[in-house]
Amino acid sequence: MGGTFPRGATAIAGLATFGLGECPGWTSLEMAAKAGQLAVADAGLTMREVDGLFICLPDDVLAGLSLAEYLGLSPRFTDCNRTGGSAFMSHVATAATMLAAGYIDTALITYGSNQRSGGGKLSTPVGSNAWEAPYKPLFPASSYALAASRHFHQYGTTRRQLAEVAVAARAWANGNPEAFAQGPLGIDEVLAARMLSSPISVRDCCLVTDGAAAVVMTRIDRARDAPRPPVPVLGAAAATWHNAISQMGDLTTTAAAESGPRAYAMAGIGPGDVDVVELYDAFTINTILFLEDLGFCPKGEGGRFVEDGAIAPGGRLPVNTNGGGLSCCHPGMYGLFAIVEAARQVRGEAANQIPGVDIALAHGNGGALSSQATVILGSAATI
Amino acid sequence: MSATGPERHWRAALAEGRFLLQRARASGTVFFPPRLMEPGSGDDEWDWIEASGLGTVHAVTVIHPKPPQPPRAVVLVDLDEQVRLMSEVEGVPAEAIAIGLRVRARIGERDGAPILLFDAAGA
Repeated sequence: MGGTFPRGATAIAGLATFGLGECPGWTSLEMAAKAGQLAVADAGLTMREVDGLFICLPDDVLAGLSLAEYLGLSPRFTDCNRTGGSAFMSHVATAATMLAAGYIDTALITYGSNQRSGGGKLSTPVGSNAWEAPYKPLFPASSYALAASRHFHQYGTTRRQLAEVAVAARAWANGNPEAFAQGPLGIDEVLAARMLSSPISVRDCCLVTDGAAAVVMTRIDRARDAPRPPVPVLGAAAATWHNAISQMGDLTTTAAAESGPRAYAMAGIGPGDVDVVELYDAFTINTILFLEDLGFCPKGEGGRFVEDGAIAPGGRLPVNTNGGGLSCCHPGMYGLFAIVEAARQVRGEAANQIPGVDIALAHGNGGALSSQATVILGSAATI
Repeated sequence: MSATGPERHWRAALAEGRFLLQRARASGTVFFPPRLMEPGSGDDEWDWIEASGLGTVHAVTVIHPKPPQPPRAVVLVDLDEQVRLMSEVEGVPAEAIAIGLRVRARIGERDGAPILLFDAAGA
């Protein structure tokens, strides 16, 4: 069930973010390269040592080739996987298995997007398929709204509970100088926000920002020599169940219900062992669905689980401690930022540092709740 | 093997006023959108069948464009044949379309092309 995974054989040795919020005058490729340069330096390595390149850009389907050329590298392996915002968690799975096998020695996973400065609209060419497009749903908001409507119907979830997710994310963002959306945000303000695609209002949607992030992975022996504490990768699992929302089997259960348990089995832990949770919150309903599917509460209980600030600072479970896609940053694909925040928490250097983090989970979502991938990171004490 | 791919065949039938689905011979499973083989099994022994057109609203969202454009609903419909598709329900105010509403398919026209729409089944 767990699949074969080299638990603790590889680690994140370096990480960086760059240009979060607004980064006018930069291209997406420049931003990804800059984050990559910072992460390689953070790992105490040189760019010349990178022999595995993993990248996804919003506006370049051959981004791996573009970045190799830009950096003047000749990687032994290049991957620009396209599973939406979960791509980077899948990159971690690929990099870990390739590093452990000796296929590559140093993996750079990077991402950059000037989505905000570059025009303010989604710069990704992704949209509804031919069977949905004639009905003109708002892509992707209406897909998530349809899933939320089923969750409301089946489990009694409410807009107030969705609002709890947005309010918690803002409270975390207010403690993170890097977060783009700052300032007070209350439940009533979220409930009064302009409705976009019911039950999703504009305050239930992620930000549109610029931003770049990168991590460098190496085998654990080498990561131990890096300037910063190694962040071993304990498990990384992906699952894809559909693309279009109309083809999602059960609109209230995502493929995280598969990727999560497989990642836990690889890591040899359960949800109760996780100290901090970073979930891909493109919309408020995501957080509720993923808390359920990753086993932090029973199916259908996610709405009640997040009530009364339970996932906000001081709550029972720290979720999206950087402010998430809802209030920290969302440059089109958020996945790598969740991984960076999880790794920072393990290293003990997050803006909203949770004391004594040994296990951090980062979960990525791509498409319309379609492709799901879960990464479990540990401290040196966990291997 | 047909002279065209299943998608083109389906669209040609729609233009002739027919709403088709595919049914796998071995499992009896009905599937949509049209494709070359039964999803999952890969079984390519299947037949075109006429859809009953009857279904139930499975999920609904009301899109609120900037005024003066009125709100409009987009739905997922579960056909009685156990397939799901995106569509719209016409003749019912957007806010009144609820999960569980029984609906009946109709072939309409939009932007010069035939399109599958639904009405309330009681209407």
